[in-house]
Amino acid sequence: MIEFKLPSLGADMDEGKLLEWKVKPGDKVKRGDLVAVVETPKAAVDVEIWQDGVVQELITQPGETIPVGTVMARLAAAGEALAPAAAPTPAPAPAPAPAMTRHPISPAARKHARELGIDVETLAGSGPHGAVTVADVEQAAKGAPKPAPAVAPAAAPPADKALAMRKAIAAAMSRSKREIPHYYLSQTIPMQRAMDWLTAQNERRPVAERLLMGALQLKAVALALKDFPDFNGFWKDNAFQPAQGIHVGVAISLRQGGLIAPAIHDVAELGLDELMKSLSDLVRRARAGSLRSSEMSDPTITVTNLGDQGVDEVFAIIYPPQVAIVGFGRVAPRPWAEDGMIGAVPAVVASLAADHRASDGHRGARFLAAIAARLQEPETL
Amino acid sequence: MDANEIRKVVLAELKHIAPELEDVVPAKPLRDQVDLDSMDWLNFLVALNERLKIEIPEADYRKLGTLDQVVAYLSAKAR
Repeated sequence: MIEFKLPSLGADMDEGKLLEWKVKPGDKVKRGDLVAVVETPKAAVDVEIWQDGVVQELITQPGETIPVGTVMARLAAAGEALAPAAAPTPAPAPAPAPAMTRHPISPAARKHARELGIDVETLAGSGPHGAVTVADVEQAAKGAPKPAPAVAPAAAPPADKALAMRKAIAAAMSRSKREIPHYYLSQTIPMQRAMDWLTAQNERRPVAERLLMGALQLKAVALALKDFPDFNGFWKDNAFQPAQGIHVGVAISLRQGGLIAPAIHDVAELGLDELMKSLSDLVRRARAGSLRSSEMSDPTITVTNLGDQGVDEVFAIIYPPQVAIVGFGRVAPRPWAEDGMIGAVPAVVASLAADHRASDGHRGARFLAAIAARLQEPETL
Repeated sequence: MDANEIRKVVLAELKHIAPELEDVVPAKPLRDQVDLDSMDWLNFLVALNERLKIEIPEADYRKLGTLDQVVAYLSAKAR
């Protein structure tokens, strides 16, 4: 038997509200399938399942808010027999926790419930054979005791969402500043080669296939992390735990305010075209509120780029339990000395905020230098 | 497609990217009026390319500072 639990979708999430099941009992699911939509303080997230199986029982009802780790559904593992609903076995196993029972309901009561925004699935009926009546609906609307939250699943209104978003950011950033001893380093990186290479590339590309400097920077960070795995992972249980893949969280500002930093998976393995497509798709979906649970839970480091807003340098705060965040300012002409001559070259300030429990400034400086070196060879990105 | 129709397409695509946008002062720099990052700008140009079938080289971005300039540029290319 597989227990499908509400996953943690980031350090700032301790509960979620089930908006919708994408599966029903009897459905076959496989690893990576979307099974539910859960509202978190930051977004409505498509939650994936990571095991193959057959849905046996949906325990959480749409509209319910549940803590992270709650068993939301039970599934039979591949090859495991489904426990029949009415098993003709002589000695049935103890029944699992009682699921919500579907009661009959009159059309009038159903219509009334819809008007009042009440989820009929959560109502206990007092009519014949447990049928839900109009009176039951009205009773539920008055706030009488009921078996489960009787609020219809719906996204929170924008003002509430904005408030929830700020609270989530406040909680995560306060925890970060309270618990993580940050150290900060920055390095000015000449960008002439990267700019020239990008201009030449984009000159021969149709507009839909053009690359942004942000994609080159993401790739440079990911490749540098291969040599500096001590910045790619998590601080948990008083120890650094290196991550398996390099899943770069990209800080994305939302038009209605707030920000979110979902992951692009395995960035070091992606070609620039693929990475650019992933980045474009991620930004679009983040702003449309359509992210996957693995994108929310998997970042192993974060990159934030505020260059478009004109800042020179970013002093970022680590998103726990990650141990590092890399920031980029704007690419702009800056005075640069080379071979005894001073000239103006396009340059960017890259900054690193890192967790001093997991690494030291010496390593951090070398990590930044590795990013700078990668950006000098754009054709290898 | 005439300049008025192009203007309507440009405004529609701008509002698609920045739904909070209300009025645009045609002669004022767009980036002073709309919060557009480089990804938004690229998506805006991709959408214009799809709607109008006009290719906009990166070297011409500097000619597209205001709404009036965008409309004039696209109108000239549409001829």
